[in-house]
Amino acid sequence: MAMSYLWTGMVVLSLFFGALTGNLGALGAAALKGAESAVELCFAMCGAVCLWTGVMELMERCALTDRLAALFRPLLRRLLPRSSRDSETLAAVSANLSANLLGLGNAATPLGIRAARRMSRGCGGRASDELCLLVVLNTASLQLLPTTLAGVRASLGAADPFDILPCVWLASFLSVAAGLFAAKLLARFWRD
Amino acid sequence: MTLSSLAVPLLLAFVACYAARRKVDVYAALTHGAEEGLTVLLHILPSLVALLSAVYMFRASGAMEALGALFTPALARLGIPAETAPLLFIRPISGSGALAVGSEIMRFHGVDSYIGRVAAVMLGSSETTFYTVAVYYGAAGITKTRYTIPAALCADAVMFLVSAKAVTLLMGA
Repeated sequence: MAMSYLWTGMVVLSLFFGALTGNLGALGAAALKGAESAVELCFAMCGAVCLWTGVMELMERCALTDRLAALFRPLLRRLLPRSSRDSETLAAVSANLSANLLGLGNAATPLGIRAARRMSRGCGGRASDELCLLVVLNTASLQLLPTTLAGVRASLGAADPFDILPCVWLASFLSVAAGLFAAKLLARFWRD
Repeated sequence: MTLSSLAVPLLLAFVACYAARRKVDVYAALTHGAEEGLTVLLHILPSLVALLSAVYMFRASGAMEALGALFTPALARLGIPAETAPLLFIRPISGSGALAVGSEIMRFHGVDSYIGRVAAVMLGSSETTFYTVAVYYGAAGITKTRYTIPAALCADAVMFLVSAKAVTLLMGA
């Protein structure tokens, strides 16, 4: 629903500001131009996006994801000590993390949901501290190669579509750290 | 030639060799995955059309400028360019919406400009917070989400601050 309000708000505000600034005549053309550029953008990034989803599928089929997941287990045992006692939850969470890192959004979500369902058993609809951590982890981006983004940048003529990678890694790393820190801090006094 | 321009060909070669050694049908996996890419695009195209027409109207009417002017003082103090203000609102709500707004910012200000790069880093460094929370808790039957959303928004705020700083620090522009 949020998006419906946002869209309606934008269109109504445009009319309002258009009347105010005398740009009202340009609005109709602008709306059509926007729709046209959406299709142009999709076409321009189509090749890059498809190439990368192809590579991601290849990574998944040759079990690179599983190897990555194995690397996370020690770390997850410290972050989620209670849930990690259940080996199946631990497996789902680590697979969720590694799919996120490789940018396999379609694979990551079902794995994360499986972990969340196991972690929420018998809690009566109240998120446990560890479940909060898992969801906070998933709301932050852990993707190593933001391939759709690179596709957009390539389609707009970027000199090197991946040259922002160090910045992306730094920003995502600090953002994840801040999210986990905030969750740990809030857990101390947020009872329900 | 830079390191990051070598990263892509090296990655492609590494994954292909690794998969071939494990007896995976490399070509079939690539083409099947590429087909999935088409469905991804098919899913984002309708929302791109809806959102970009609204964004273009918003810009043509002068509302975008007014919004930017409204937030410039506060954002300038935080070191965030005011031109990226629309992203701050839409990034936690909608993934394809953020993609539409972000790519429009990159196109308008130049993809290799400071603002274009900051917008790109903001897009690449976060997930759609509210969507993720809704999907996970919906599936797990959780109604009391406790501090999940405040903590996740805290992560988003840090991400926006760091994005603007990181482009200055690491790319010098």
